[in-house]
Amino acid sequence: MTAAPDHRPTFADVSLGERLDKAMPFLLIPILVVLGFFAIGAPSSWLTLTVSGLAMGMMIFIMASGLTLVFGLMDVINFGHGAFVSVGAFVGVSVLIALGDWTGATSLLLNMSAVFLAVVAAMTVTGALGWVFERVIVKPVYGAHLKQILVTVGGLIVIEQLIHVIWGPDEIFINRPEMLKGAITFAGAAMEKYRLLAVGIGAVLFIAMRMILRRTKIGLIVRAGVENGPMVEALGYRLRVVFVGVFIAGSALAGLGGVMWGLYQEVITAGMGERMMVLVFIVAIIGGLGSVEGAFIGALLVGLLQNYVAFLEPKLALVSNIALMTAILMWRPQGMLPVVKAK
Amino acid sequence: MSDPILTLKDVYTDIAQYHILQGVDFEVPRGEVTMLLGRNGVGKTTTLKTIMGQWTAKSGEILYNGQDLKRLPVSARARTGIGFVPEDMGIFSDLTVEENMVLGASSGPLDPKRKEWLLGAFPALGTFWNSEAGNLSGGQKQMLSIARAMAEDRELYLIDEPTKGLAPAIIATMANALRDLKAQGRSILLVEQNFSVAKALGDSAVVMDDGRVIWTGAMAELASNKDLQESLMGLSMEAH
Repeated sequence: MTAAPDHRPTFADVSLGERLDKAMPFLLIPILVVLGFFAIGAPSSWLTLTVSGLAMGMMIFIMASGLTLVFGLMDVINFGHGAFVSVGAFVGVSVLIALGDWTGATSLLLNMSAVFLAVVAAMTVTGALGWVFERVIVKPVYGAHLKQILVTVGGLIVIEQLIHVIWGPDEIFINRPEMLKGAITFAGAAMEKYRLLAVGIGAVLFIAMRMILRRTKIGLIVRAGVENGPMVEALGYRLRVVFVGVFIAGSALAGLGGVMWGLYQEVITAGMGERMMVLVFIVAIIGGLGSVEGAFIGALLVGLLQNYVAFLEPKLALVSNIALMTAILMWRPQGMLPVVKAK
Repeated sequence: MSDPILTLKDVYTDIAQYHILQGVDFEVPRGEVTMLLGRNGVGKTTTLKTIMGQWTAKSGEILYNGQDLKRLPVSARARTGIGFVPEDMGIFSDLTVEENMVLGASSGPLDPKRKEWLLGAFPALGTFWNSEAGNLSGGQKQMLSIARAMAEDRELYLIDEPTKGLAPAIIATMANALRDLKAQGRSILLVEQNFSVAKALGDSAVVMDDGRVIWTGAMAELASNKDLQESLMGLSMEAH
């Protein structure tokens, strides 16, 4: 082999300011938590609100992660994403109602088995629905944002109406499984069991998604595709197939989010997914469209801030998320962890 | 001349309302380095992108090992054994050097022997193996782009201006790597403005102007004839 000429590359010095700038989005969560502690004053209330905020944030993240990847990978704006949340909730709750004996039993195993089956059913149905949605509604409008908005909103309306046809027009109230009712007390703070479960599931999912995206080849293809799809194809990968897979996975995750949100609210409606989309879009935008880690940070910020503000100044809770989005976009117009898109 | 690995027959490509390629005909002989030359804006990059499928040929034939590529999508063309190094390098900035290289081997894991060979050819990539590719210098990115295309064995490499704006030491590194590739019997279609690189590496040359091929022949013949260079490209190649 021909010997390479001698020229020695070196690492450039990275200043403290640059390092801080890069780490700042990750520091925002502990900063907000500490600020919340001082603003709220009472440690027990602060702990309750923090767990509640983290639980809410995790559920929003589960719903938002698929949406942000779909946008990043194929530049598709899917306003119909909320439909998968609603369908997931209805399918999951139907399974829970059918397994009433299991959910009513004072057995953690039976309760969790029922929840597990509800989640599997919801994710299977919404994953399959996502596949049909991509084939029928999204595929014909690649590259046309305005048309994407119109047809995906149309798809959302159709699916909501189908929910009315199948499950009826009324909201459905649901009781949580016996062992997930109530709260545990820690350091004088009451923490709902279900919220703790939601935090756990969200954290496990985030770690799993991060590992898939960072440690597997399919994850590498997805990350590279978000940045420069044409180059990924020029290396020999069928990005369309990968995209359909991400769309199905994202829809299934929205379905999971729907089940969890339904159990959190203890009531489900056909329009619940549509209403959640405001928060989901805020999270995807402030995180940086296409960034799963950004969506995770954004979701936790939204959940925590909404809970803290609702406690401190209830009237401001409704605008707190819009204010957060405005502040973050003034600081970083592309979102906290923007994905560098190839021109 | 050996049998061609790639043949373009009367290829026309439009980009929006512009007719960029207007009947391009040439062959890339197997196991040789073919230089694609011409002034800026004559359609060299469009020719490579049309072969790769990133621009769609309106008409004509693109025969690779006798198979017409025209109806194949980009990824399928790559899987037939074509490696592509675009002019903008196509580096995945958010991924590490290692991750970029792993993606280069699309049909399986990165072969350790091939990795060793590539790190020998491009030592800088070893130094920055775990760094984000977006933090590399322009020359290092270019090395990564070429090394990534070579991460698995491909029969034909389409390389667009790999030495543009690079320091002489890095240009020498690139030229060595391309020479090694040629020694392994691989075919290269290389767009290059650097005369000394073109002269040193090229076996044959294809000169384009105004979306057409206006001359084909041996690189040595073109390199030794300044009058021919001036008549084809408006000025001698040494002026580049």
